Amino acid sequence: MFNSRLFTGTGKFSATALMEKALLASGSELITVALKRVDLNDDKDDILQHLNYPHLNLLPNTSGVRTAKEAVFAAQLAREALETNWIKLEIHPDPKYLMPDPIETLLATEQLVKLGFIVLPYIHADPVLCKRLEDVGTAAVMPLGSPIGSNMGLKTIDFLEIIIGQSNVPVVIDAGIGSPSDAAKAMELGADAVLVNTAIAVSQDPVRMAEAFKIAVIAGRMAFEAKLGQVNSFAVASSPLTSFLDE
Amino acid sequence: MNKTFKHLFDTYSWQEVSSSIYGKTDADVVQALGKSKRTLEDFKALLSPAAAPYLEQMATLSRQLTLKRFGKVMQLYVPLYLSNECNNICTYCGFSYDNKVRRKTLSAIEIMQEVAVLKKMGYDHVLLVTGEANQSVHTEYFKKVLELIRPHFAHISMEVQPLDTSDYKQLIPYGLHTVLVYQETYHREDYKKHHPKGKKSNFEYRLETADRLGEAGIFKMGLGVLIGLEDWRTDSFFTALHLSYLEKKYWKSKYSLSFPRLRPFSGGLEPKVEMTDRELVQLICAYRLFNEEVELSISTRESIIFRDNILSLGVTAMSAGSKTNPGGYAVEPGSLEQFEISDERSPEEIAAMLRSKGYEPVWKDWDRALN
Repeated sequence: MFNSRLFTGTGKFSATALMEKALLASGSELITVALKRVDLNDDKDDILQHLNYPHLNLLPNTSGVRTAKEAVFAAQLAREALETNWIKLEIHPDPKYLMPDPIETLLATEQLVKLGFIVLPYIHADPVLCKRLEDVGTAAVMPLGSPIGSNMGLKTIDFLEIIIGQSNVPVVIDAGIGSPSDAAKAMELGADAVLVNTAIAVSQDPVRMAEAFKIAVIAGRMAFEAKLGQVNSFAVASSPLTSFLDE
Repeated sequence: MNKTFKHLFDTYSWQEVSSSIYGKTDADVVQALGKSKRTLEDFKALLSPAAAPYLEQMATLSRQLTLKRFGKVMQLYVPLYLSNECNNICTYCGFSYDNKVRRKTLSAIEIMQEVAVLKKMGYDHVLLVTGEANQSVHTEYFKKVLELIRPHFAHISMEVQPLDTSDYKQLIPYGLHTVLVYQETYHREDYKKHHPKGKKSNFEYRLETADRLGEAGIFKMGLGVLIGLEDWRTDSFFTALHLSYLEKKYWKSKYSLSFPRLRPFSGGLEPKVEMTDRELVQLICAYRLFNEEVELSISTRESIIFRDNILSLGVTAMSAGSKTNPGGYAVEPGSLEQFEISDERSPEEIAAMLRSKGYEPVWKDWDRALN
């Protein structure tokens, strides 16, 4: 349904005109927008005006809410104002590390699915939570690579591999991707897409960086599809240990 | 209420903390700079005179950390003074009970006149300010004000007298998002000298305000001391201690810090301790290196040149176009201010300055629907 497997965000850019250029350079077709940053009642909202292209699909997010109840309310507002039933569910009651609340997220996903939303929940890299979200009808899962905005890369890699291995819904690695090599790595693991914001917005040249991520995501996906060679985690001893059996 | 910050605070001695800060060495500073997570001891080193030669390095790190977390943006807010009635004597304040100024509390009509001006300036985040006059400016008054202005602002903050937990709980559903309560100084004995009369003279009640806010479930709270009353390094250590305690206990609340320097006002106190611009930069960078996530706010007390240069070194929020007298925007522009502001540029000029420096001014970063 999308040509690009790179999802992007709108935060932290030094100017909305620059954001627009970078997002166009990224080739991204799904852009997440924080409800709290836009004025839904203003059809001349600065951020929204810069995203007005036919190939750019908006993915409103609920950043700022702390409970399932608040999230469901915010999602309904977004659906009405932005005319999309897609929602990136972010419930982080912890404003310091912005860690997602698994319990509230599961509750909200269940309710939003029943209300007809396409729900993409931001979660910790928790394989069991991913299965529970599948059970209630989530459209995808968005586990974090490391804390949001941290640029620390794929710290949760071992759990991401389990999630990717057993998921029946698309897996989008959402947070902490700090460099194109992190994005390529996530794609090589078999992630269906990655979401990158800070690493692009805060770089010296967001437009070039957006393009670098675009290429990295394509390369990582190609490598995944082409099947990477096995990495041997052990060396084969030059004098075989079991040769005595042949004697 | 369970144990509060007072229990932790009572285990510290001002004198010991102060000696420990002034005893920090070059080696302590180098060690603190090399870490990725810094402790309160590291913070002491970064605050200390020993860190002065490392200011450029601190500024570089502070800028990097701030950019990563907050991006190339600056939050903008504006104060709205509702009242200068006050029953407290504070030796440093223009609204002090013993100051002969005409007292005024804005009526609903006057508030809306002021709001109209702030909306024209482009603001969506307002900070309500009052003195302490519990007979007329109380929880019921605040409810009325919040009800009145809520439709016009996405984010409402308050800097008023400390209230009880039950008051905060009542005000949050009316749209109250953030509360700022500065301790002024954590030096218990000198606090009494600066606040000889009124409810504010109760050091402990003020000290436990942040706990009451946390209990009430406030979204965001602001801490700080008034720089100039006491040794700023020791006072700032206690601010950081307070912050660390609160973050662990009330983990759902967000925090911001301010570092107001005492400003002149008519008939006021001269600062006991002068803090240079260089020292304020050191403090801001030390806060950022100690805590990557805390919001740091700078007001129009500071000069144009200082604000233009500090904005990329760790600060995340600024006020602009501020008036510090009730009615200052429209109703009674000539009345006496709480303190003199230093940067008198309009919000439009500040926004243009921010853009020219590669920062996006952010007017809206909350939505009333989320309260």
